[in-house]
Amino acid sequence: MSGFLGKLSWDALPYDPIVITTLCVVAVVGALVAFLVIKNNLLGVLWRDWLTSVDHKKLGIMYIVLALIMLMRGFADAIMMRLQLALATNGDPGYLPPHHYDQIFTAHGVIMIIFMAMPFMIGLMNIVVPLQIGARDVAFPFLNNLSFWLAASGAILVNISLGLGEFAKTGWVAYPPLAGLEYSPGVGVDYYIWALQISGIGTTLTAVNFLATVFKMRAPGMKLMDMPIFTWTCTWANILIAASFPILTAVLAMLTLDRYLDFHFFTNDGGGNSMMYINLFWAWGHPEVYILVLPAFGIFSEIVSTFTGKRLFGYKSMVWATASISILGFIVWLHHFFTMGSSANVNAFFGIMTMIIAVPTGVKLFNWLFTMYRGRLRITVPVLWTLGFMVTFTIGGMTGVLLAVPGADYVLHNSLFLIAHFHNTIIGGAVFGYLAGFAFWFPKAMGFHLNVKLGKAAFWCWLVGFFLAFMPLYVLGFLGMTRRLNHTDNPDWNIWLYIALVGAIVIFAGIACQLLQLYVSFRDRKQNLDTTGDPWNGHTLEWSTASPPQFYNFAEVPVVSDIDAFTDMKEKGTAYQRKESYAPIHMPKNTSAGIIMGGLLTAFGFAMIWHIWWLAIASLVGTVVTFIVRAYTTDVDYYVQPDEVAQIENEHLDNVAKG
Amino acid sequence: MLTRILSKVALALMVGLLAGCQGGVLDPKGQVGIEEKQLIIVATLLMLLVVIPVIFMTLYFAWKYREGRDEIYEPKWSHSTKIETIVWAIPIVIVIVLGVITWKSTHALDPYKPLEHEKEHINVQVVSMNWKWLFIYPDLGIASVNELRFPANVPVAFSISSEGTMNSFFIPQLGSQIYSMAGMVTKLHLIANEPGTFDGISSNYSGGGFTGMKFKAIATETEADFDAWVEGVKAESIAGSINNGILDQASYEKLAEHDLDAHHHEPTPVQYYNSIKSSVFMDNVMKFMKDHGKVELLKGTVFDSKMIHDNSSHGHMDHGEMNHEEMNHSDMNHNESNHSSHDMHTEADK
Repeated sequence: MSGFLGKLSWDALPYDPIVITTLCVVAVVGALVAFLVIKNNLLGVLWRDWLTSVDHKKLGIMYIVLALIMLMRGFADAIMMRLQLALATNGDPGYLPPHHYDQIFTAHGVIMIIFMAMPFMIGLMNIVVPLQIGARDVAFPFLNNLSFWLAASGAILVNISLGLGEFAKTGWVAYPPLAGLEYSPGVGVDYYIWALQISGIGTTLTAVNFLATVFKMRAPGMKLMDMPIFTWTCTWANILIAASFPILTAVLAMLTLDRYLDFHFFTNDGGGNSMMYINLFWAWGHPEVYILVLPAFGIFSEIVSTFTGKRLFGYKSMVWATASISILGFIVWLHHFFTMGSSANVNAFFGIMTMIIAVPTGVKLFNWLFTMYRGRLRITVPVLWTLGFMVTFTIGGMTGVLLAVPGADYVLHNSLFLIAHFHNTIIGGAVFGYLAGFAFWFPKAMGFHLNVKLGKAAFWCWLVGFFLAFMPLYVLGFLGMTRRLNHTDNPDWNIWLYIALVGAIVIFAGIACQLLQLYVSFRDRKQNLDTTGDPWNGHTLEWSTASPPQFYNFAEVPVVSDIDAFTDMKEKGTAYQRKESYAPIHMPKNTSAGIIMGGLLTAFGFAMIWHIWWLAIASLVGTVVTFIVRAYTTDVDYYVQPDEVAQIENEHLDNVAKG
Repeated sequence: MLTRILSKVALALMVGLLAGCQGGVLDPKGQVGIEEKQLIIVATLLMLLVVIPVIFMTLYFAWKYREGRDEIYEPKWSHSTKIETIVWAIPIVIVIVLGVITWKSTHALDPYKPLEHEKEHINVQVVSMNWKWLFIYPDLGIASVNELRFPANVPVAFSISSEGTMNSFFIPQLGSQIYSMAGMVTKLHLIANEPGTFDGISSNYSGGGFTGMKFKAIATETEADFDAWVEGVKAESIAGSINNGILDQASYEKLAEHDLDAHHHEPTPVQYYNSIKSSVFMDNVMKFMKDHGKVELLKGTVFDSKMIHDNSSHGHMDHGEMNHEEMNHSDMNHNESNHSSHDMHTEADK
């Protein structure tokens, strides 16, 4: 039996000087932020206008803040790994012992995928999708706030593991039997389980919410085949989430039963079988990579068509290509383990299915090319990211198809070639896409422009750094270096490991440029205001609002008759029309239920990890009670009065006229 | 700027590939590896047919149609049936060609398929343990730890299992790898076309001492050299070697003992067993089934490890048939997914 604090004891505190230093830095930065908030009397503003907000635009910004914080955490892990591998050559143990190093590569994978890429993607989707379809908010605004807090709750649990106990030492896939109780008796895998479980439920809720939004709340006149392409790609990503995240929830629940209640789903003995976990994990895991990359494809489409001043070439092809990628993405999961011993027929089937995905993806690339054809391309920061993506991603796609050939995978599986491949597609595809979208929609969300020079510097550092960091890994894969090694003793590998470290440092310079860019842009914001709301001569409805958009988005719901709805309005002269009078606007009220439930579920996860049963029961009951109370609350909405709408709209239209 | 960086990267890659001529998967020393290298090269060249034009067109279009060059500007042009047909057709054709290559090569390189060779193959049973490799020679009655020896130009048939966590048995210069999983047996067939000492690794992370989980695969020049080594192990006469006597259940368990917090930096030293209990491999594959309630019911009719051993050690037996045996055992042990996996393979081969 466990005591009052379960397994938690003084032993859980860190003794590693690296960890202690990190915690001190985090504490100092946290104290500084808290001090600034309190000193400037921002606590009330923060609570009323942000933490309890149900406004999709503010939630989007909070998601991106979360993603950027976790990017720094995940990148710190990355550079520590590269440093270890550059130091630990020729049999030298390096500076990170296995028990620390193994946690770092696990945390790096989990953080970058679940707590960096996903919040970044969902953040952009939150800001943009309702605006693009002419809606005033999402279908379920409170649920949207709750989803954010569930994501944040998972991220908080991962970060607590840094200071209390340990994180999983299993790799981000947490394959049993290694992740089972027998081989991982510590709390690391439990942190992994609860962080993914809680945030995963939030992600599922987000998908349901946005599917309801795009299917029920499009502006009048906007048929499905008139939806902006970014909204389409997000919609397919949401379909994938709704279909695949429940698999993750189920497989994690089974692993939980194995670890907590002596079940035998995935153990070696008692009739368990780890192959089932591996199949289920990838039945989620493979769609997951398309969830990440499809919205990025949508962002590139918007950027290419906006900055060439052209309609997107082959809109219908693009939609159907996205659809085929989504559907095929569900029947390729076995390519993650061709080496498990399936028959040639099975392996060949999954290999060929995987290759077929290259067809719609290739079509997309050609369509971007023909959108540029006979356009007038303005080389802005978002366009640089897009061009960088098109070159980089093509290489990543090629190596992916190569890995899809089982005969090639038999020697490249789990090697650094694989690591290079998926970073090539996830950084070169998804991350470049999000950073492009960040630069593209920043003025819309924040109301001022980003510094261009630092933006370009950041792009070049990322691009050059990427090639320096990951091309050597392709070589190392061919040289027979497998992944997750703690140290090496092959002199032929050293030079490539050194180059990869240099690449990571150059990427670090890119991240530093972006942080500096945020600071400089914020400092000089008064000189760089976006007064018109349409800084790029945009095609879609988000550019018809002010920057940042009015909290109700649209004073009057627009009527749409073209894919490029706003371009259509500008051409017909119906954009920016002053109205005599406005109708009252129905809006949701902010609520603290989301943050309270997120907080309680963080406590629940923590209690489950440390076997503090009384706290687990209390926090779970608290969560349910909060939800019931919220469900019976009727005071959830209000009307914005016509006077206020008229005042805000006139101010915006005056600004447009001046601009 | 971009092109300059790209050309540098391409140069670095090429230099890398040339350097790859020592060790690694582009320097294969066995038939399987040689075919896989050719497959990688053919598939890559085929894809470069699309990849190079796309990269070129990206940079060229971006440059040609950039603002201020007064090229033709058609803001409303967004559809051309001709172009759309071509952009769908090109990748489809490439993928069809690649698909045919994939289908054929996947069957040709099936790790379960015995290699066609005039010589009869040598059987080796492989067990991954935390964090070392045990090699049992069932027909020769010896076993070794972290050293795998076999003659060059003689095919080797591996039966692979694990004592605990999942690993992947991989000798990069000889070709294919395959997972080792507890309670299951996977198969792999390899050959060395020339003598040499090759690095063997686990290529699936399995915990703290994983990095040290290495072995040497030594292909001897002649079969006589190999036979001499076997005799040496049996006679415990190899200079400087660690000889552990017989490999039976007790000594197997002693070897398998693991330390979860091992801070291993050095691989486990090479050790030999001069004799073996012939069923030790299958006994330990099947032991995970013993606790399963339904096995108790059928005990005696099913759990005859001697019989299983005999089946799996005779390499010239038909592949499908061999799996069929295993399938039956899994089936009777109610190990659902084990069953379905082997089932899948068996059905597919028939």
